[in-house]
Amino acid sequence: MRLNVNGTERQVDAPDDMPLLWVLRDVLGLTGTKFGCGMAQCGACTVHIEGQAVRSCVLPVSAVGNRMVTTIEGLSSDGSHPVQRAWAEQDVVQCGYCQPGQIMSAAALLAQNPEPTDQEIDLAMAGNICRCGTYQRIREAVRSAASKRRAER
Amino acid sequence: MMALTRRELLRKSLLSGAGLFVAFHVPRKAGAVPQPSGKQLPDPNAFVRVAPDETVTVLLAHSEMGQGIWTGLAMLIAEELDCDWSKIRVEHAPAAPVYAHPAFGMQMTGGSTTTWSEFDRYRAAGAMARAMLLRAAAARWKTDAKRLRTENGFVLRGNDRLSYGQLAVAAQAQTPPKSVKLKDRKNWKIIGKPTRRLDTPEKITGKAQFGMDVRFPELRTALVARSPVFGGKVRSFDASKATSIKGVEQVVQVPSGVAVVATNFWSAKLGRDALVIDWDPGPGASVDSGKLLESYRAQAQTKGTVAAQQGDAEEALPHSSKRVVAEYDVPYLAHATMEPLNCAVRLADGRCEIWTGTQFQTMDQMSAARIAGVPQENVSIHTQFLGGGFGRRATPASDFVSEAVHVAKAAGVPVKTVWTREDDIRGGYYRPMFLHRIEVGLDDKGRPFAWKHTIVGQSIIAGTPFEQFMVKNGVDSASVEGVVDSPYLESVPARLVTLHSPRLEVPVLWWRSVGNTHTAFAMESMIDELAWAARRDPLDYRSALLADKPRHLRALKTAAEKAGWGKAPPKGRGRGLAVHESFGSIIAQAAEVSVDEHKEIHVHKVTCAVDCGTAINPLGVEAQVQGAVAFGLSAVLQSELTLKDGRVEQSNFHDYEVLRLPDMPEVAVHIIESDAKMGGIGEPATAPISAAVANAVYALTKQRLRSLPLRLA
Repeated sequence: MRLNVNGTERQVDAPDDMPLLWVLRDVLGLTGTKFGCGMAQCGACTVHIEGQAVRSCVLPVSAVGNRMVTTIEGLSSDGSHPVQRAWAEQDVVQCGYCQPGQIMSAAALLAQNPEPTDQEIDLAMAGNICRCGTYQRIREAVRSAASKRRAER
Repeated sequence: MMALTRRELLRKSLLSGAGLFVAFHVPRKAGAVPQPSGKQLPDPNAFVRVAPDETVTVLLAHSEMGQGIWTGLAMLIAEELDCDWSKIRVEHAPAAPVYAHPAFGMQMTGGSTTTWSEFDRYRAAGAMARAMLLRAAAARWKTDAKRLRTENGFVLRGNDRLSYGQLAVAAQAQTPPKSVKLKDRKNWKIIGKPTRRLDTPEKITGKAQFGMDVRFPELRTALVARSPVFGGKVRSFDASKATSIKGVEQVVQVPSGVAVVATNFWSAKLGRDALVIDWDPGPGASVDSGKLLESYRAQAQTKGTVAAQQGDAEEALPHSSKRVVAEYDVPYLAHATMEPLNCAVRLADGRCEIWTGTQFQTMDQMSAARIAGVPQENVSIHTQFLGGGFGRRATPASDFVSEAVHVAKAAGVPVKTVWTREDDIRGGYYRPMFLHRIEVGLDDKGRPFAWKHTIVGQSIIAGTPFEQFMVKNGVDSASVEGVVDSPYLESVPARLVTLHSPRLEVPVLWWRSVGNTHTAFAMESMIDELAWAARRDPLDYRSALLADKPRHLRALKTAAEKAGWGKAPPKGRGRGLAVHESFGSIIAQAAEVSVDEHKEIHVHKVTCAVDCGTAINPLGVEAQVQGAVAFGLSAVLQSELTLKDGRVEQSNFHDYEVLRLPDMPEVAVHIIESDAKMGGIGEPATAPISAAVANAVYALTKQRLRSLPLRLA
């Protein structure tokens, strides 16, 4: 089947029921998207499909169709997306494993809601677990990314 | 993926003129007891590589699992080397004796020890490299090195300068100095300054490689079906359905179960689901955590092995003006690191190569060597970033590494074993369930004068190679830390602490802050109960008992003051205090809580005061304290692992719940200026949060909650 990932059409040889996560990781070698729970509970596998945050661990690849998939590797080529820059400035990461998923969730939130309230941030990020407990800085980084986007418009 | 042993790396760098490679190696005996780093030149030394392209590479003898040593240890080298911070690179060191922990004599990461134990060694490595660069410059300029100075990656003589890169090759030929003088702390430019992490760029772009991300063409993925009951064995299995699944290549039996080896994760998962296995569950099938807790309660009525004793507590108790009796209990807990366990192994040409995120390279190397049948020095470990550790990746039995070597050996191909979340939650190596029974007699002034304390719970160390060092007179120090060394107990004239250590099939392990996870809960809850029983303010009561403990007192008063203790909390909120010393650091916390109409507890604010001695990177200290509070709050509010008929009842994050962002309080961290001996910072802030919250809930509701997770009636 064909899959549009990070702006490139890719020919993929995978069974229909294989979750998108494993197609990305094991077939396409895009290992930035992480496996954490396999049942859409932790958000480590978050990618964008047509700009929406989606948990790729429970989405059969056959359900993607010709929609555009964006992974952490495609969010920016060099870490320059406003969310990534905010993450660096706030010194958010610890172990880092959940952070691609956190960043993808935050980027999708801000694309749809450029000025989220604190409650909206809490809601949008509730599906992404971080066991290191970086939540406080994540909150600060999402707020700061929002103001960065405002300043850049 | 190229793998080099350290010797090869050294040889390669010499041959290729890759520049200065400071390697100094003093052999040391394994199994040394922990000790503060001495004044002599540190042993066996870490490495720093200065290359002609100006990069300075720091080799990390320990594993980066989020705690920030990737940055912190580099700061130590950079401080003494005077190099350009923007040119610093960091790599995990290979597994080799030279990288043994300065205090423990084995290569490992744990016990919140990395920074204080490496403080001298990494600074010395930086200072030695600098001395060699100075000597190289002196030779170039035909002058005395004493007339030269260094700054930001250059050696300077008046207006002349040579970059470290220009000197790197020549410096390599210099003899390392026999002694170095480290900077006086007043001249520090980097240590003590809030410094952003060096591993951020790769961790925000998905480029950081964790063990899970290791790939090479011939590497296969394996999932292992393990016994649903701890200690169970395979009687027989039928793999016919599994092997018919596309992508499944082999099904092999290993000591821990049955492994399905496939070309990818998904096929291995489907294959494993299709296995039919007849298990012999063994005696573990009778474990029921609810009944176990009741048996602990009964045992706590009897005297255990004496862990601490002074005077005659049992004789003194009846003479008290007031007696307070309480039992505190905590459940089993899984670490639930975000990155499920995994380990890639390649066996070839008499060598065993391992790619994984581990906290315990030396033990893993020993276990792998034994299983693979190769000498230990033929086992290479390529440490990857750890997607969380919290103790789970430091098993004395090397459980996940040993299993992976078994699978690779049985399959005859390079294999990466991957654990699912269910495997992780049900895989054992838990924080053990514990129960404390405490009886305290107060004198007429409300001060404790008799203290009888019985602790029941599995020993983490029993049955491991460390038993002979860490279990003394039948007492595992990890079961009683935080009680026997409690500053409150010191002044109680009659005290008795005893321990029951039942042996069970459920494997247990250190879990961020180890014994302090339950001892701080019991001690700081009890002190709070005593304060209320004595009708004293909890801050005043603690302050009086800690009158001759200036560090505790200062931390406690700082946290209380910053939290607004003494002023009424906002309407509907309650405040609680706790202070606890662990891993050489003292943390005081004031928690502010509310309870909603569903009787759910919400933690809004946690004010922390931290005395960890010198804070190398205050920004990192703040992150560790915030993170440790969050980690502890999962256990305070949500996480609980139970067993019935020997089977773990939870399986994934839907039923083994952990803290999520909406429940994260605002955690304010106040670092106290301190010249005390440096302590750890990865774990200590996890310990007191349970009591701080429980005490706040009591202040608000007058319900004393003595079981974790906290649940209001």
